[in-house]
Amino acid sequence: MTFNQLKKLSKQSDKNFPVIRIALLGDTATQLLATAIKGMGQVRNLNVELFEADFNQIEMQFLDKNSELHKFNADFAIVFQSTHKLLGKKTENLAENRLNFVKNILNKHSGKIIYFNYAEIDDSVFGNFANKLETSFIYQIRKLNFELMNLATQTPDLHILDIASIQNKYGRNFMFPPAIYASTEMVLSIDSLPVIASRIFDIIGASRGIFKKCVVLDLDNTLWGGIVGDDGLENLKLGHGFGIGKIFVEFQEWLKKLKERGIILAVCSKNDESTAKEVFEKHPKMILKLDDISVFVANWENKADNIRKIQNILNIGFDSLVFLDDNPAEREIVRRSLPSVCVPELPKDPAEWLEFLYGENLFETASFSQEDKERTKQYREQAERVSFEQSFADESEFLKSMEMECEIEDFTKFNTPRIAQLSQRSNQFNLRTVRYSEADIQNLASNENYKNFAFSLRDKFGDNGLIAVIILAKQGKNLFIESWFMSCRVLKRGMENFALNAIVRYAKENCLEKIIGEYLPTAKNKLVENHYQDLGLVSLGNGKFELNVCDYAERECFIKTKGGTK
Amino acid sequence: MTQQEILSQVQEIFCDVLDIADLSLIQSTTSADIEEWDSLSHIQLVVAIEKHFGVKFTSEEILEWQNIGDMVKSIEEKF
Repeated sequence: MTFNQLKKLSKQSDKNFPVIRIALLGDTATQLLATAIKGMGQVRNLNVELFEADFNQIEMQFLDKNSELHKFNADFAIVFQSTHKLLGKKTENLAENRLNFVKNILNKHSGKIIYFNYAEIDDSVFGNFANKLETSFIYQIRKLNFELMNLATQTPDLHILDIASIQNKYGRNFMFPPAIYASTEMVLSIDSLPVIASRIFDIIGASRGIFKKCVVLDLDNTLWGGIVGDDGLENLKLGHGFGIGKIFVEFQEWLKKLKERGIILAVCSKNDESTAKEVFEKHPKMILKLDDISVFVANWENKADNIRKIQNILNIGFDSLVFLDDNPAEREIVRRSLPSVCVPELPKDPAEWLEFLYGENLFETASFSQEDKERTKQYREQAERVSFEQSFADESEFLKSMEMECEIEDFTKFNTPRIAQLSQRSNQFNLRTVRYSEADIQNLASNENYKNFAFSLRDKFGDNGLIAVIILAKQGKNLFIESWFMSCRVLKRGMENFALNAIVRYAKENCLEKIIGEYLPTAKNKLVENHYQDLGLVSLGNGKFELNVCDYAERECFIKTKGGTK
Repeated sequence: MTQQEILSQVQEIFCDVLDIADLSLIQSTTSADIEEWDSLSHIQLVVAIEKHFGVKFTSEEILEWQNIGDMVKSIEEKF
């Protein structure tokens, strides 16, 4: 995507896209960055409402309570202070002073901030010796970037736009245009703007629940060099000394790291299943093992159909899938049949793949919790549940035999990251699609006007972890269900009934009269369109529903409460 | 390349960057004649022309052009 394309898009808006309010503050000329942001919004299906602060007003806009920034009420405030403008400052305590500036901004602002870190400039005043000297410019810039990371780990609403890494990848000569800087006040080249805008929307998308969850992998000439069915296990290029075999080892190592951070791996290959699996079981240089793969599909059918099958088992959106295949024809088939699946155009030479994929930044996330590491196991268990369920003719017999037990908790500091993450990840089973940051969850936990439930479910196949959240706002004698979201892993298990029973029990204990639910439609939550009717609530129109607590009879479900009788 | 050839290629770049279909440039055209040609799109034009002709302008050239003719001359000098 070029800047010129973004500029044309920036003039458009699509009435079907949600609006996102972005404030942009910089100490250099940011008009073209603003244009790129607006255009990239259209690419990512968002209409951007942009407030661009006047030149060099970062501090004033944040500190003045009545500033345009505060009145604007941005979903995201983007702050770009350039390294270039720091060149003229004293290097002594530079990092500390800047860091105090950032902390000051954070204190004065409630809401998400996207803060550009500092692209390194080596001013060559001390040469390599700068690394041994705390007062050198480069020492201070690196320290500043390091301290910004530290600050971000403690500040949920602070997101770092890693322009330093972008410059690392593309080079300072690509990023900074001296002749243009001299005649304007721009420190970013036109060609760098689409990359930067794209990274900004990676962050925005992730915190709105748009990110990749699964990589679907081809095998022959993708995970290893050669075709196992033709060349034989022992002749595959895999490992040092086997042609470009080390490239495939490194590629697998990267995939393994993704898996360990919670990206699901699936296989979709044209192969006999036993031949394909044998490589995983027997090849000594394979990094990925069968245990790492949540769904393994190897047959001679069409890949698009096989990806549909994988999607169906995992029950996640097509737009959260990435398909990696060396064969351009297969990629094209998948792209045509399943346009929402992300299909990177891998370079011809496998040696180029990793650097290419690093540049695509496909795996942005807004959170990371212990549960992420468990995800592969959970989806493998899910595949086992699917085949177990198929052995029962009667649904309630199946549910009974699942030996389900659910734990109900308040929001605590231990489950806060997972709750925030589930609010960001749940798109289909999400009644109002309110996204909560960790800070939001902390606030809810201590707010007396709210009652919150976090549900964790175990069954005979293992622990599903924390899978459902309900946030209730007390409104006089009513309980308004501000949020109800649930992982699609536990659909059709009776969790809805179990959760409603819990809500009503709470309402009764607290002498409340009515439960009010609301369904706000999005492009993705049609699944729960009839959720409240199905649970016996009465429609009030406008997407609202109510339930009289005194009329309620406990709904049947086969889930025991952990520590309780039912 | 003749000045006329350069001019006609520059015209195409202007049409593309400024998103104007029927633009006709002459040597004496200035930014005052074209509404879309402002200081911001000027930067885009400079970068697009540099890429197209494989040349690099100095910061002073970028600031000092008075009209299209000056631009074309700068390009011609670099061949």
